[in-house]
Amino acid sequence: MDLLTQLAVLGLAAFLGFELISRVPNLLHTPLMSATNAIHGIILVGGMITVAQDGPAWVKAVGFLAVFFGALNVVGGFWVTNRMLGMFRPPVKRVKRRG
Amino acid sequence: MEVATFIAYLVAAALFILGIRRLRTPETARSGNTIAAFGMIVAIVTTLFVIEFQSLLLIGVAVVVGGGLGALSAERVQMTAMPQMVAAYNGVGGGAAALIALSEFYHFQAGGESSLVADITVPLTVLIGSVSFMGSVVAFLKLQEVAFTGSVTFPLQQVVNAVLFIGILVLAANAFSGGAILPFLSPVASVVAVLAASALLGVLLVIPIGGADMPIVISLLNAFTGVAAAISGFVLDNYILIIAGTIVGASGTILTRLMSGALGRPLGKIIFAGIAASGTSKKSDDGEEKPVNDVSPEAVGEYLTDEAQKIIVIPGYGLAVAQAQQAMRDLTDTLEGQGKEVLFGIHPVAGRMPGHMNVLLTEVGVAYEKLYDLEDINPEFADTDAVIIVGANDVVNPAANDPEQDTPISGMPVLDAESAKRIIFVKRSLSPGFAGVDNPLFYDTEKTMMLFADAKQGLQDVLGSVKS
Repeated sequence: MDLLTQLAVLGLAAFLGFELISRVPNLLHTPLMSATNAIHGIILVGGMITVAQDGPAWVKAVGFLAVFFGALNVVGGFWVTNRMLGMFRPPVKRVKRRG
Repeated sequence: MEVATFIAYLVAAALFILGIRRLRTPETARSGNTIAAFGMIVAIVTTLFVIEFQSLLLIGVAVVVGGGLGALSAERVQMTAMPQMVAAYNGVGGGAAALIALSEFYHFQAGGESSLVADITVPLTVLIGSVSFMGSVVAFLKLQEVAFTGSVTFPLQQVVNAVLFIGILVLAANAFSGGAILPFLSPVASVVAVLAASALLGVLLVIPIGGADMPIVISLLNAFTGVAAAISGFVLDNYILIIAGTIVGASGTILTRLMSGALGRPLGKIIFAGIAASGTSKKSDDGEEKPVNDVSPEAVGEYLTDEAQKIIVIPGYGLAVAQAQQAMRDLTDTLEGQGKEVLFGIHPVAGRMPGHMNVLLTEVGVAYEKLYDLEDINPEFADTDAVIIVGANDVVNPAANDPEQDTPISGMPVLDAESAKRIIFVKRSLSPGFAGVDNPLFYDTEKTMMLFADAKQGLQDVLGSVKS
């Protein structure tokens, strides 16, 4: 992919990111931050590519650490967001005790 | 790139976008998270084909151990510790980006390749990723109250930061000139030095920032890591990294702005306040004993039963620490059963992060429409009979509105508990809150009732006397 295409992709993705997060209620700021946090764990893909290349042991070790970090970011991020959002149950109709 | 790979990455990107889109309403949020996670699986499987299943064992071990640790920590973490957990996950993501750029630089060197794009993107990724990594570590330590609590400053901090930044630029230039500037440092060693210096810069940038501003810093570092991931997409010529990283970078920036807006804390003020205004944020602990209206749980119960019709509850971090959410819900259910109106006033940083307290209360089944945001609840206080403040201080502290005082919470919008007829604090002691600013409401012996107790025990005792 040439540089110009890469820059075009970057520009469009930035625009999309701004558009996606407009007027989110405070209620959802924490889960939203946590979920986007998990998405930048996509860096894991980069780690896989570096590890797969030929290189001396120390470079492999650095790549290994990157994959380890990335996997921690991805799994931890999505998992914890899921746990948080699992608590947002739809409002339950309470039995009225007024009387 | 093969067409199949191209399409598969496109599908992954679309799933991320759809996932984030669904995270905007409580009803669809959980499915949004699942969709985004599925997008991640698509991206990872596609990458296995891209790398033609090379080094599969090494990758597998790293993924299983890292992923396992992620799952375990995510499952075990207390909901109250969510801000530091998000910081930790963010930090490792930033660290990964820095490490990838470092190893890619080695490959560029070994392959004898060089391009302007690589010259710019490699040090940039190392810088941003490494700052994000150590910045997040410091944020974690601050929130966990292990180290660097409050605002840590030292003389000439700005000068040190500037020198460090220039040093990073020199090291980066040295790396790409093949060691022309600093002959004793090989290019790869220079990039390692950039990594180390950036890590130190990350520490120095975050230590002066006070506790109350931490959520915004975490959000900003989250955006940073997104940017680092995007730039490493240029390094690796991989467009799913560019797309996903940029979306996170952009949405994280907007989220940071929304948060700092909600807190009345301009971003510039947060980042530069700690550095510029050191020393002014001393605790107003002048040693003098001021009288307070110390009451029993029975007195509180009696007042709530006999005189209060409209009640607003303000939960704070202390409620979360004491695990008093259930006791709080039991008390409010009982009061509602007596025909009283009970609302919850949720400050944006009530649980330390916007929306965090909402998570904690919905955990015990408080319906989320009873939770009111700051702007919506503030007009209600004037005709409210009782405000019950549980383990909160900063978020109701009128000192934040006092232009005379320069404190870490100055300018932050606060809940207007002051306007209610009665203020009931359930608090362990008179100690100031996270931001370390004393609260004048404590000493209003006419209006304020101080119930000194652990939040959970105190609320259970009040409930006991409300029932009888």
